[in-house]
Amino acid sequence: MTSTEAAVTIRIDDTDVALSAGSSILDGCRSVGVDTPTICYADNLTPVNACRVCVVELEGSRTLVPACSRPAEDGMVIRTDSERVRHSRRMVLEFLASSVDLGQADELTAWAEHYGADPGRYGADRAVVSEPVRVQDNLYIRDYDRCVLCYKCVEACGEDAQQSFAIAVSGRGFDARISTEFDVELPESACVYCGNCVAVCPTNALQFRTEFDLRAVGEWRPEDQTVTRTVCSYCGVGCNLELHVQDDHIVACTSPHDHDVTWGNLCIKGRFGWGYV
Amino acid sequence: MFGAGGGTSSYQEIEQTDLIVLWGSNAREAHPIFFHHLLRGIENGARMYCVDPRRTASAKFADRWLGIDVGSDVALANGVGREIIAAGLADTDFIRRSTRGFDDYERAVEPYTLDRVSALTGVPVAAISELAHAYATAESAQLLWTLGITEHHNAVDNVLALCNLALLTGHVGRWGSGLVPLRGQNNVQGGGDMGALPDRLPGFQSVADADVRSRFEEVYGRPLDPHPGLHLTLMFEAMARGELRALYVIGENPAESEADIGHARDALAGLDVLVVQDIFLTRTAEMADVVFPASVGWAESEGTVTSSERRVQRVRPAVVPPGEAHHDIDILVDLAHAMGSELGPRRPEAVWDELRQLSPVHRGMSWARLEAEGGLQWPCPDLDHPGSPFLHGWLWEDGLAGREPAPFSVVEHAGPTDVLTTGYPLRLTTGRALDSFNTGVQSGALDSPIRYGDELEVNPDDARDLELDQGERVRVCSARGSVEMHVRHQPDLPRGLTFTTFHFPGLVDTNVLTTDAWDPKSGTAEFKAAAIRIEKLSAHPQGTAGG
Amino acid sequence: MVDLHLTADVASPGERAAVDAAIGPDGAVVVHESERSIVAGRTRRQSRRHWLLPALHALQAEAGWISPGGLNHVADRLQIPPAEVFGVASFYGLFRTDDPGHTGSVTHVCVDPACEIAGASDLADELERAGSAVQRGPCLGQCERAPARFVQGRGEPDHVPADDAVPFRLPRPGQPHRRLTARLGVVDPTSLDSYREHGGYGALTTAIAMGPDAVIEAVTAAGLWGRGGAAFPTGVKWRAVAAQPGPDKHVVANADESEPGTFKDRLLMEHDPFALLESLTIAGLATGAERGWIYIRGEYPLATSRLRQAIDQARAVGWLGADVGASGRSFDVELRRGAGAYICGEETALFNSIEGFRGEPRNKPPYPTTSGLFGRPTVVNNPETLVNVLPIISAGPAAYRSLGTDDSPGTKLFCLSGSLRRPGLYEVPFGTTLRALLLAAGTEIDRLRAVLLGGAAGTFVGPESLDLPLTLEDARAAGATLGSGAVMPFDDRVDLAAVVTRIAEFFRHESCGQCVPCRVGTTRQHEVLLQLRPGRPLADDRRQLLDDMARVMLDASICGLGHTAAGAVRSALDLGIIGEST
Repeated sequence: MTSTEAAVTIRIDDTDVALSAGSSILDGCRSVGVDTPTICYADNLTPVNACRVCVVELEGSRTLVPACSRPAEDGMVIRTDSERVRHSRRMVLEFLASSVDLGQADELTAWAEHYGADPGRYGADRAVVSEPVRVQDNLYIRDYDRCVLCYKCVEACGEDAQQSFAIAVSGRGFDARISTEFDVELPESACVYCGNCVAVCPTNALQFRTEFDLRAVGEWRPEDQTVTRTVCSYCGVGCNLELHVQDDHIVACTSPHDHDVTWGNLCIKGRFGWGYV
Repeated sequence: MFGAGGGTSSYQEIEQTDLIVLWGSNAREAHPIFFHHLLRGIENGARMYCVDPRRTASAKFADRWLGIDVGSDVALANGVGREIIAAGLADTDFIRRSTRGFDDYERAVEPYTLDRVSALTGVPVAAISELAHAYATAESAQLLWTLGITEHHNAVDNVLALCNLALLTGHVGRWGSGLVPLRGQNNVQGGGDMGALPDRLPGFQSVADADVRSRFEEVYGRPLDPHPGLHLTLMFEAMARGELRALYVIGENPAESEADIGHARDALAGLDVLVVQDIFLTRTAEMADVVFPASVGWAESEGTVTSSERRVQRVRPAVVPPGEAHHDIDILVDLAHAMGSELGPRRPEAVWDELRQLSPVHRGMSWARLEAEGGLQWPCPDLDHPGSPFLHGWLWEDGLAGREPAPFSVVEHAGPTDVLTTGYPLRLTTGRALDSFNTGVQSGALDSPIRYGDELEVNPDDARDLELDQGERVRVCSARGSVEMHVRHQPDLPRGLTFTTFHFPGLVDTNVLTTDAWDPKSGTAEFKAAAIRIEKLSAHPQGTAGG
Repeated sequence: MVDLHLTADVASPGERAAVDAAIGPDGAVVVHESERSIVAGRTRRQSRRHWLLPALHALQAEAGWISPGGLNHVADRLQIPPAEVFGVASFYGLFRTDDPGHTGSVTHVCVDPACEIAGASDLADELERAGSAVQRGPCLGQCERAPARFVQGRGEPDHVPADDAVPFRLPRPGQPHRRLTARLGVVDPTSLDSYREHGGYGALTTAIAMGPDAVIEAVTAAGLWGRGGAAFPTGVKWRAVAAQPGPDKHVVANADESEPGTFKDRLLMEHDPFALLESLTIAGLATGAERGWIYIRGEYPLATSRLRQAIDQARAVGWLGADVGASGRSFDVELRRGAGAYICGEETALFNSIEGFRGEPRNKPPYPTTSGLFGRPTVVNNPETLVNVLPIISAGPAAYRSLGTDDSPGTKLFCLSGSLRRPGLYEVPFGTTLRALLLAAGTEIDRLRAVLLGGAAGTFVGPESLDLPLTLEDARAAGATLGSGAVMPFDDRVDLAAVVTRIAEFFRHESCGQCVPCRVGTTRQHEVLLQLRPGRPLADDRRQLLDDMARVMLDASICGLGHTAAGAVRSALDLGIIGEST
């Protein structure tokens, strides 16, 4: 928020909040410590506002509005914890939990509990997402039973970062899926294995192969991992890396999403090229 | 450029520029994350021209690709310069105020008419003219290059020819306008910054400057040799002549990376002593008398590296080095000690502080600031200085801030040394693939699903004429040697041009083919332009191809 | 502009030719000016992506599906990543992305309520027994001649058998107050001369003389509001776009008429196509937009060909083009066919569809009047709304207001189908009662159990609402909606639980899937209704669940589809026509 343009003031739950022009309602919520659930939002991606879990009540608006993408306008009066808001958030989380496996989405599970989501009230014969785990190479796997269709991977692969567009949303409605063309295997697709999709996935539907294999043998232990920031060893661009180390072995490589060289993105060499260490 | 060895611009500038000229660079594959910034620029409305013999992945993002003949870069640059002058588009105020040597330049480029340049480069007249007008009339423009410019026998001339264009139009020293060589290795910029150049001390200070030397001598406690040393290519020549008898190689693999590799290996084999310090037992290390195992710089060691935008950043140890491997500093200090000399501090931060004391451009970069500010761009002369997003702002200041005007350089076209003949009728150029890195010693451990190895890419029409099937194994011959490779049809290559990567020397010793002609000004070798022929391996007598 | 990576699949010569013809000679993004100079780039790519939908139509017609080789050719020509082309192709009901396994045409049979009542399932079975490839699907916009069929042709043009078999006539052709339908069945829809003989292009001539401000003033004074369902004041919309600088603006006729039970725009376009062109041109000149678009649903082949013919004729004599009607102003129209997606009637989804993206709605704001088609200021109007402009301009706002009420001036088109004897298109003044309309169409009032107003996105009302005056204000006051103008009565012979369940299935099928409330909510709503058993009351927890789902869809969905997906179900529950013990 370095803009020198005129600031706007909005009211969030009875607190006046001054924001720089171009800020979103979510920026306002975060600036006053109003914890707001998000799924499809990331600070290095353009908001697609598809998940709707961040909705808030805006005075004068017939429907709730998504905090992540709605620009703050002077004089807005916002409620973030009204019964309407809590109901919609609860239902969104309940809908997702009734459709896909959130077992490795700790943050979402915590929010679902917070809002009292009860996925058990849907029938046992309800439609659920049921796809085989796609293990097509040694770098990352795709387990779409965990996919909440937040579009983040599509944005990271496409317009917002890599511009390889190897994946897109296909199909429609409940049958919509993230897919390559005709679901061809990744090595046949435009995928360049930058892993930027994996880095933004909120549910572990996309997983580094290292994590997938360690989980399979019960040896994935995030609590025992250290994260060290350093600089990539390949070309001269100077990408910052975060090396995740467990038992003195690198088990994953990410990039800080707030560093202005990478904005969280890497290429195949930086993301996966640490095997020689 | 103008005396300092670094790109003039920040990555952020390309996001906000109006015109991008990518010349001899396939950044999409070689510098993927930089290319993200470039793509942001295109999203923001910048137009892009791409000059490259191949229609690379990068070129496919361009508004126009100019498919230049390998090694005709100076001709194209001079032709663009002449057209800018002829069309009255040169920035005459800037030229008068901030440059010198324009008259000589104008005379020198006069013969480079559009028609002649078109004949020399293979690029149509209209495309050359369009590039010239676009570059000259853009509000801001970034001119970028990589090894397509520098891996030639006349590398420095190529660079100077491009610098001339920036001086002609004032596209340097301003936000959004600049000259950007993209660095191929994570610390090649840092190596130069630290004085790993034959004629420079750390901070690009000349060894010939007695004042500079005396400051270093005071800290180092011993006299320094005022004469420049040898660059890599001269070293190999000195080895070949038997004058250079001992070599200490740190983190390089010349037994596989040098052009005309047979020649290079002979030179290494003939040494009295070869010492190699590396994290791998490379092919060079296998030839060594002594090998010092080093810790991995970026994952096992404390230190700094410098990126293509002159940004110094910290590296940190994440894992414990294996077995006997030690930090580079420890090896050097211990070796010096064993030889009866004390180098000083071992702690990386203390070594860095010694550098700051000696190198004015680094002086403001304390360890704490590098930590807190996510890196700093030199020059950063004091602790209050924010670092320098772009260089040469003085060109636009009154009185040039007391400096000398920037010089135009007169450079002439000189094509590749390895000329095409009836015996070797095809041009071979080399480059990099996205998922591999140089000779593959680091990237080899990466199990890439999209790697297809070093194949010989051939224009499909040429392949048809030569009766070369997709995937056919052939013998590729240059005047220096021959290797066997698989053919891959590649419609993005113009006729007469072939291409290969050089990432898998264990499979294909591509550099057997390349020439060891090198640039006397920089020491870089001409990896980019060999003359070859392709021979079929089949038993058919008509198999010899190439006419 | 991207460095595309294509699979090895290659298009057949027929597929290549079909795609190349569809996108035209300047459609390809990459131009090989010479072996050493190639032009491409972001601007060329962006400005050609809107050819994607026509290219996919061409592939589908040629091969019967979007084959991998055909898809690669489209991707290469338009420089669109193949995964995105696949994502777009798989979005639409009229495109197949798997091999159909046969080489013939496909007959689509509507199974929505009016057609189901008229025996659609039997028809589908019969066609299948006769060897046709049949696809059962949502409303085809031919409810007045139910059960409806649409043939998606392979080796023959797309067509609707009823277009040839049943001569067109409006029910009760002598009814007074016909303004919008006055020429239907009278004018020769294929002849510009005939249109002019019946007063055509008089309004445009007047509008040119009046100037843009006066035209917008007249539309505002007439009190015209949108007939697509949202009922937004047309003059306000036009004024907002007119106020945006520059000529790079758009006016769009939203002819993606897909609301079940609705067919009025189809009849207007089939039988008076020049009227839509003329009114769209007036909209363009009034708002200063130089480009007009007609987005017509893919299942309307006759209306499509009549409009194409009309555009060609209008262009030939200068009613479209660089100097429209000697006004000195430039305006032209492009026609785009939808491909079987109800959601594309949502205006921002429609923009994405034209632009060559998946027809997913955009978040609003920004609104179309500032950022619409191609990100430019855009007016979107329904054809019925647009043709209202002609009498407003020709006769003036005061004369226009002589029919209807203060808040709902003029006449309204209603599409009647369901339990009645005379289905069809009715034009009546606003304020006409529901009873009068139903009686005119031959409904047996004493057997009436419920009326669905406004289609699937509308609401059920019971017999107690028969005296409801059909106006915007009265409908709102009654908690109902006129919506698209669909009016569908059901009598005691209809299984209303099945009708409501089918409506829920319709939304499940048509949800684009972008936002969670609608994607999952429409699915779960349908699942709950599938558990309905005739004569058994809905359990309290199921009713609570439906209520909870309805609230989140209404509150948190991105677009109107989600907002209205529970409306009919809830009104049916409230009226007690489903879920009660009997």
